[in-house]
Amino acid sequence: MTQSNFDPVEVAVLQPEAIDANVADALAAIAAAGTLDELKAARLAHAGDRSPLALANREIGALPPAAKAAAGQRVGKARDAINQTVAERQAVLEAAAEEALLAEERVDVTLPWDRLPVGARHPLTTIQDLIADVFVAMGWEIAEGPEVEAEWLNFDALNLGPDHPARTMQDTFWLEPPDGGLVLRTHTSPVQARTMLGQEPPIYVVCPGRVFRTDELDATHTPVFHQVEGLVVDKGITMAHLKGSLDHFAQAMFGEGITTRFRPSYFPFTEPSAEVDLICFVCRGVDSDNCRTCRGEGWIEWGGCGVVNPRVLRSAGIDSEVYSGFAFGMGIERTLMFRHGVEDMRDMVEGDVRFTSAFGVEL
Amino acid sequence: MKAPLSWIREYVDLPEDVTTEALAAKLTALGLKLEALHGGDITGPVVVGRVLNLVKEQQKNGKTINWVRVDVGPEHNDPDFSDETIGTGASRGIICGAHNFEVGDLVVASLPGAVLPGNFAIAARKTYGHVSDGMICSARELGLGDDHEGIIVLAPDSASPGDNALAILGLDDSVIEFEINPDRAYALSLRGVAREAALAYGAPYRDPAAVVFPPANEDGYPVLIEDAGRCPVFVARTVTGFDPSAPTPDFIASRVKAAGMRSISLAVDVTNYVMLELGQPTHAYDRAKLSGAIVVRRATAGEKLTTLDGVDRVLDEDDLLITDGSGPIGLAGVMGGATTEISETTTDIVIEAAYFEPSGIFRAQRRHKLPSEASKRFERGVDALLPPVAAQRVAHLLAEYGGGTIEDGVTQAGDFPRPWSITIPADLPARITGMPIDADTTVNHLLAIGARVEVEAATLVATIPTWRSDLTDPYDLVEEVARIVGYENVPSVLPPAPPGRGLTREQRLRRRVGFALAGAGLVEVKTYPFVGQADFDKLGLPADDVLRRTVDIANPLSAERPSLTTTLLPGLLETAARNVSRGRTDLAIFETAAVFFPTKDGTKAPILGVERRPSEDELAALFAAVPDQPRFVAGVLVGAREPSGWWGPGRAASWADAIEVVSEIARVLGLTLTTRAVERAPWHPGRCAEILLGGREIGHAGELHPSVVRAYGLPPRAVAFEIDLDVLIASAKAPESPTFSSQPLAKEDVALIVDESVTAQTVADALREGAGGLLESVRLFDVYVGPQIGVGKKSLAFALRFRAPDRTLTEAEASAARDAAVATAVERTGATQRA
Repeated sequence: MTQSNFDPVEVAVLQPEAIDANVADALAAIAAAGTLDELKAARLAHAGDRSPLALANREIGALPPAAKAAAGQRVGKARDAINQTVAERQAVLEAAAEEALLAEERVDVTLPWDRLPVGARHPLTTIQDLIADVFVAMGWEIAEGPEVEAEWLNFDALNLGPDHPARTMQDTFWLEPPDGGLVLRTHTSPVQARTMLGQEPPIYVVCPGRVFRTDELDATHTPVFHQVEGLVVDKGITMAHLKGSLDHFAQAMFGEGITTRFRPSYFPFTEPSAEVDLICFVCRGVDSDNCRTCRGEGWIEWGGCGVVNPRVLRSAGIDSEVYSGFAFGMGIERTLMFRHGVEDMRDMVEGDVRFTSAFGVEL
Repeated sequence: MKAPLSWIREYVDLPEDVTTEALAAKLTALGLKLEALHGGDITGPVVVGRVLNLVKEQQKNGKTINWVRVDVGPEHNDPDFSDETIGTGASRGIICGAHNFEVGDLVVASLPGAVLPGNFAIAARKTYGHVSDGMICSARELGLGDDHEGIIVLAPDSASPGDNALAILGLDDSVIEFEINPDRAYALSLRGVAREAALAYGAPYRDPAAVVFPPANEDGYPVLIEDAGRCPVFVARTVTGFDPSAPTPDFIASRVKAAGMRSISLAVDVTNYVMLELGQPTHAYDRAKLSGAIVVRRATAGEKLTTLDGVDRVLDEDDLLITDGSGPIGLAGVMGGATTEISETTTDIVIEAAYFEPSGIFRAQRRHKLPSEASKRFERGVDALLPPVAAQRVAHLLAEYGGGTIEDGVTQAGDFPRPWSITIPADLPARITGMPIDADTTVNHLLAIGARVEVEAATLVATIPTWRSDLTDPYDLVEEVARIVGYENVPSVLPPAPPGRGLTREQRLRRRVGFALAGAGLVEVKTYPFVGQADFDKLGLPADDVLRRTVDIANPLSAERPSLTTTLLPGLLETAARNVSRGRTDLAIFETAAVFFPTKDGTKAPILGVERRPSEDELAALFAAVPDQPRFVAGVLVGAREPSGWWGPGRAASWADAIEVVSEIARVLGLTLTTRAVERAPWHPGRCAEILLGGREIGHAGELHPSVVRAYGLPPRAVAFEIDLDVLIASAKAPESPTFSSQPLAKEDVALIVDESVTAQTVADALREGAGGLLESVRLFDVYVGPQIGVGKKSLAFALRFRAPDRTLTEAEASAARDAAVATAVERTGATQRA
C-alpha cells in the first residue's frame, strides 16, 4: 500500500525540468499576449485550474512524504512566478489600452467657447465701488440719500439762500408744483446735510451718487451724471487735511506721484474754497506744451473743495467753535474719462453693451 | 470780464517785462480764473486803406476776383506804383476775393511783414496774374469773430489811410478774459482787476475811484426814494448842451470793444466805459423826455414797461422801478425804459448812479429773464460808495468829449450804507488752513485787500472795504489771507479718521447683486429716469394704472418726457432696442436705479430757517415730504439666452429665464421667493409671474406682451423682470448656523396627474403640508403633458426627501409619510397618482 500510489509517469510532471518547462511556456505565452483578452487566455491556460502546473500540483499528494515539501515548494514558486508576470503584463496592457482610449478621445480645444452669456457691471458702478473702497480703507463710511430732494437740503442748508446768485450756477430741475420745495438734487451735497443732521461729529463720509442738471446731452455734458463728495467734520480739521485726503485719493485713482493743486474759487458751502487740479497723468507737467490731455496746462481740473462754511455747520446744529470740517466733490464721469480714456459722454449713457462689456466686472 | 493789459497798467505799476500769461497765472492763483487770452497776437503793419480803384477779373475757375489799388498812407505806399488796369501813383495793389466794398471805402489792409492770428504771415505774392502786396482783411482773419462773409469796411471818414487799424479795432492790446466767481463782484471792473494785479506783484496801485466830486446840494434833478431797503442811495447829475453827434474818442471805443461790448454812441459808450472802469453801472436819461421828479418805488401788479430791448414787460409787485410823472421809465438796476432813451437829438442828460440791494436785482433779472451787464454787477454787490464817483466820471467824460456843461446841481437821495467790521481771532487763518500764518502776516494781508485792522490782544477787528460786500464772516477773511499766502503752500496731511465700520451690509449686498447679475450673463446699463405718458402707452398700461401716477418736473428738458419714471422698463426696453438696431440681437441687460412715487398727500417740503438746527418735528415734516424713491432692479432679455454652436442648438430666452434671474438675486441674498400667475401690463397675460416675498408683492417677471415687444421693435418673445431691490435687501437677514441631522436620507418620488390649470406651487405646497415633520425637501423634477395622461391634464413629478433627526427611517415610515403627502395633494388639487 505504501508504494501502491507510486507512479513514475505521474510524478515526472513534478520533476524540476518539467516545471521549468511549464514556466517557460507560460512566460512565453504571457509575453506574447498583445491584448488584455489574449493575456486572459494565456492566464487561464498557464495559471488556471486546468493548467499543467495545477494538474502537477494535484500529484504532490502521491509523493512520498519526504518529497512532498520540496515538490510543493517548486510548484508554488513556479505558480507565483507566472502570476506575478501576468500581473505585470496586465498593468502594461491596461496602461496601453487607456492610452489608446485617451488618444481616441482627443478633441479640438481651439473650438470657440462662447456658449455662456458674458455679463458686466457698468464702469460708473465699478468706479464708484473703487472710490468707496479707497475711503473705506481710510476708515471713512459711505453715505447715501435720495435723488428727489428737498430744496432746503439741496440749497438753503448749504448756504445757498433763495436769492443767492450761485443758484444760477447750477441749472436745476424743479419739481411740480414749482413752489413744492422739491428738486432733483443738483449735487450730492444734500447727503452731507443729511449726514450732519443725522449724526454727531466726528464725521468722515463720502457720498457717491446720481445728480441732475438741465444740460442737454453732448460729448461733454449729460443732464444725469454722477458725483462723489467727501465730508469730514471733526476737531482741529484744516485745509491741510483736505489736501492730504485729496492727494491720497488722486494717487489711489491715478497712480503714484499724482498730486493735486488748489486754486482759489467760490462755493457757498465752503470758505475758503478751492478748485482742485490734478497734475496731468499723461505728461506729469513735463513738456506739457505738446500734451493733448492737459492742452499745455500741465494740470487738469478735477473738482471743487473747501473748508465747510460755519453757516452750513450752524444750520445742522454743529458748533463751529468746537468743530471744523472740509468737503470736496468730483464728477465721476470725468474721473472715469481720465482714468480709462473714455472720450464721449454719450458712450456712458447710451447703454450699448459693447461699452459696458469692455470694462468687465472690476476696474 | 475782459481786461485789456494796457488798462490794468494804467492803475498799477507792473514790472515792464510782465507778460499777459504771467499776469494771468498770478491772478488765477489769487482767484480770478483765466478764461482766455485775446489780442496781442497780431504784429507788423495792419493799417487803414482807402480803395482808389478796383477792377473785377473773371477767372478760369469761375470765380471773380478784385484787383484793387489801395492808398495805405505815405509811410506804406509804394510811391512808384504803376499798373495799366488800375492806375498809377503812390499806393499798393492787392488781390481781394470779397465783393462787399467799392471805390472810396476805408478798409483794413495787412501788409507784408504782418503776422495775423494763427501765425499767418503776410507777404507779397504772385496770384491771379498780379503781385498782391498785402491782404484786405475780414473780421475772422483778425480774430475779431466768425464773420467771413466779406471784408471789414470802416465808417466813412472814421480814419485816414495809413492809420494803425489795430488801435481802431481794439486789437493792439492784450486782453485777459476772466471767469469771475459770484463772490468777487469787485473784479467785474478794471478797478478791481488792477487791485488784484497790484496784490499779485506787490506793486503800487492808483485807485481810479479816487476822484474829486462836489458835495450834494438841493439844486440837482429831483429824486425821491420810496423803498430805501431796495435802493438806499441814488445820485443824479445833469449835463446840458451835449452834442449828440460827437464821436466816441478812440481810447473809449477801443477799450469798450476790447472788453467785449459794442461801441454805440458817445453817451452810451461813456456809461459802459465807467462801468468797466469802476464796476458801477449808471444810466443816462434824456432830460427832455423826463416828466417831473424821478421816484424809485416798487411796481404795482400789472403795471407795464417797455424796456430798451423793445420788449413790453408786465411787472411784478417785487420789481423795483425808476419812475417819473409818466410812470415806469426803467427796471431798476436791470434795464432802462424806451421812453426816456438817449437818442441822436438828446442834448440834456440826467445821469443815474445808485446802489441797489443785490437779491432784489437777482430776483428781477431772473423773473424777466434779463441778465444784463448792470444786473450782473448789482446782484453781486457794487461798492456802495461809488455812485457819486461814477456820476462824476460820466458827467466829466460827457462834458469833455460831448462838449456839454455839467450843471451845478448834485442830487443825493438816501444815505450811504455804513461800513461794517469782522472780528477774528488772530490765529484763525492758521487754525483753519493748516499753514503757519502768524498774526503779522494776517494783518498785512488784510491791509493789502483794503481793510483797516485794529489789533486787540489776540483778536483782530477788520473794517471791510466797501467794495468787498462778499466779506461778512470770519472765514471769509481766512480765505483772503490764505489766497495771498498762496494755496500752493497748504501742506498735505491725512486727517486722523477714527476706525470705520466698512460698507454697510446693505451696500455690500447691493454689490453682490450686481456681481450675481453680471455672473448670470447680464450687462449693466444706465438710463435716464425721464418718461412721459406716451412711454406708458407703449407699455400698454391702462389709464388708471398706478404706475402712471408720477412725480413731474416743472422745467423738463423735453416736453415729451416731463415725469420721473415709476418703472425701469421703458429705459431698458429703449436701450435694448438701440442695441438690437446696432446688430446685437441676443441681449441680456439690467439696471439698478431709483424709481419715483409721489407722496400720498402731496405735501410741500418746507423751506426751513438756517440760523439754527431745525427742530426734530420740522425735520420729520421735511423728510416726509420727499417722495418715496426705492431702488429697483430690472432686466430685459431678448433673443438667445444661450447661442447655438458647434455644441448643438441654442436656447431662446424664455419667461423662465426671467424668473430664474430673479431667483438668482434672491439666492445671493439668502431669500426664498414664490411666484403667482397674474395678468398685468406690460406682460403676456399667461406668462407673467408676480414675485412674492413672504406674501408681499415685490415685482414681476416673465414674457412681455407681444404688442409691447412690437412697440419697441424688439425680436419676438422678449422677457423681462423688475423687482424692488430695497425691500429684498432689507429682508435679507444675516445668516444663522443651521442644525442638521446626520441620519440617512429616505427618498420617495411621486408623479401626480392634475388639471393643467393647477399650478405646480399649489401641488408642492399641498405635498409639503401633508408630508409631516419628517419631510426635508420637495423638488419638482419633471412636467409631462401627453396622450398617456389625457387631454387637459399634466403630470408633475416630485422628489420627496425624508429624514429623522435621531434615527434611520424605516421603509414603512417613509412610505407612510409619502402617502400622507399624496393624500393631501389629492384632496387639495384633485390629483391622481400616476401609475
